[in-house]
Amino acid sequence: MTGKKNNNLKGWLYLLPAILFLGCFLVYPLIDVLIYSVEEGYNSASQTYTGIGLYNYSYVLRDPYFLQAVKNTFLLVIITVPLSTGIALLISLGLNAIKPLRKLYQTIYFLPYVTNTLAVGLVFMILFKRTAYTDGLVNLMLRWFGAGPVDFIDGPYWAKMFVLCFYTIWVVMPFKVLILTSALASVNPEYYAAARMDSTRSFRVFYKITLPMISPMIFYLVITGFIGAFKAYSDAVALFGTDLNAAGMNTIVGYVYDMLYGSSGGYPSFASAAALILFAIVLTITVINLMISKRHVHY
Amino acid sequence: MKVVLENLTKRFPNRNKKGDDVIAVNNFNFEIPDGQLIGLLGPSGCGKSTTLNLISGLETPSSGRILFGEDDVTRLPPENRGVGLVFQNYALYPHLTVLENILFPLQNLRGADKLSKEDMLKRATEAARLVQIDGLLERKPSELSGGQQQRVAIARALVKMPRVLLLDEPLSNLDARLRLQTREEIRRIQQETGITTIFVTHDQEEAMSISDMIVVMEAGIVQQIGKPQDVYDDPANLFVAKFLGTPPINVFEGRLSGGRLMIGQEAVLSVPGAPDGIVWAGIRPEGFIPAADGEFTCDLNRVEVMGRDISVVCHHEKCAGAQIRAIISAESRPGDGAKTVRFRLKPRKVLLFDHESGARIPFEVK
Repeated sequence: MTGKKNNNLKGWLYLLPAILFLGCFLVYPLIDVLIYSVEEGYNSASQTYTGIGLYNYSYVLRDPYFLQAVKNTFLLVIITVPLSTGIALLISLGLNAIKPLRKLYQTIYFLPYVTNTLAVGLVFMILFKRTAYTDGLVNLMLRWFGAGPVDFIDGPYWAKMFVLCFYTIWVVMPFKVLILTSALASVNPEYYAAARMDSTRSFRVFYKITLPMISPMIFYLVITGFIGAFKAYSDAVALFGTDLNAAGMNTIVGYVYDMLYGSSGGYPSFASAAALILFAIVLTITVINLMISKRHVHY
Repeated sequence: MKVVLENLTKRFPNRNKKGDDVIAVNNFNFEIPDGQLIGLLGPSGCGKSTTLNLISGLETPSSGRILFGEDDVTRLPPENRGVGLVFQNYALYPHLTVLENILFPLQNLRGADKLSKEDMLKRATEAARLVQIDGLLERKPSELSGGQQQRVAIARALVKMPRVLLLDEPLSNLDARLRLQTREEIRRIQQETGITTIFVTHDQEEAMSISDMIVVMEAGIVQQIGKPQDVYDDPANLFVAKFLGTPPINVFEGRLSGGRLMIGQEAVLSVPGAPDGIVWAGIRPEGFIPAADGEFTCDLNRVEVMGRDISVVCHHEKCAGAQIRAIISAESRPGDGAKTVRFRLKPRKVLLFDHESGARIPFEVK
């Protein structure tokens, strides 16, 4: 019996660094956020509060800036996740189908992944921003078709949303293409040979064989894509600057940040409540994803 | 369906661009009669799988023609040939059930061939019953044993009623017991359906036991085509003789002089009609008869008892292999402590081959 006890002790000892680390930097802040979010009228200078309740939540849920941020985030998620995954799948299928220059194309498609965010921001600026001297490249091209000019950075909401989605899709694409090309390459070619022997049309091969075979990878990309898009913040900052509320392009994470450190900040309780609402949204969506995947993902 | 292969040749470009092309199949000629089971046999890399892929259409020949009956299918893509192919690893779709796997080829039919749902189900269950997996239709391939997966693969190939059925190493993924059972299954299914069937194997026992005809290949070249027993008894060359038979044939370096075969100093057999010279002499393990006055003396290593027969392991300085193995009946066991053993040879079990080319040298058997 003592030997077993000893072993137990040893086991806990091995786990200690990880438990300490996770406890300090993950579990404790999580609990702290929960506590902040229910402390009403919390003052960070005097560390006092007036009562416990759900006022912070009701405030946040009624704040027009938060509602704008939720709308922006949901639009971003709903547009970019399916589009980026779909386009990445098309590109990967293309890459998988060609032989010559495949390596070159793979490199080109992967370049955005290793490019500095600031450089990307600059490129998008040149493409979309109107200045005193030029309307930007995209507007130049729009003029050929007799449209525009549209101010994509400071103009109407749909134009700004378009740029944000475009940017997000472009940034997340390389990783998805990389994952999907390797998933496609790992499908045993015998299945395709077997399908060919049975004179299967190419669409049916894709729908009945390729898609189920790579479904775990697509599922992985969708889940991480949802979570990543819900956590979007830096992309909006790179495009529209730090005062996102004024631009009407704030995201939920941006709202949390502004509540803490922004020019109108200093409200950790509101920030915590908003963060927990985001947590609840992401959790719900992920659970729904998992439930759907049970029927459509084949491991 | 009769299958005709005419001067079939397949060249692959060398990996090293300056090197010569690799000829995987070299000038293959064969007319496979309708409804027969053909075994394509040879060591790995001999071109047998390439031949199968040429017939299936997954590879296109460099030259030559393939005919199914009177149709020239050489330039037809595989989907239009009406061929059923069972892959070595079965290639069952892992995310589909057994039934869905078998239905898959039927669901591809279009136009006039299109079947109603009931007809598809009827044909699929018929195919499943033929290979005796009708109780497993709702399972996924991963829930089946290797032998059951093999049957599903055969059912999937048969369900579209192919003109020709091709099997690539059908037994290589099964354990020894299942292998025996499955090869009889394949024979039964082939006879029940009457479909011309070609299968590839490197296992000579497998090919000999169920085939109507075997084709022995080496280095892309057909060595011999014939009924299994004929090829075994009457091999065209040293390669075929060595490749067929377990235990393998014993090969000796011998000399012909005056119509007699000399191995070492002993004249072991009279071989009328064979010209003088150095030869390879192959003696089948069952060609030895122990006899006190036998012409052929070997040094005895050991005796292995196998029940009905015994295997006498000996050696001889002129033997090309490490040891000689003779299968004799248990009654004629050599005495304990014997250092040598003497044999008479059965003339029909002794085969002579040219020392240079390995070609068979015939002689008259009295």
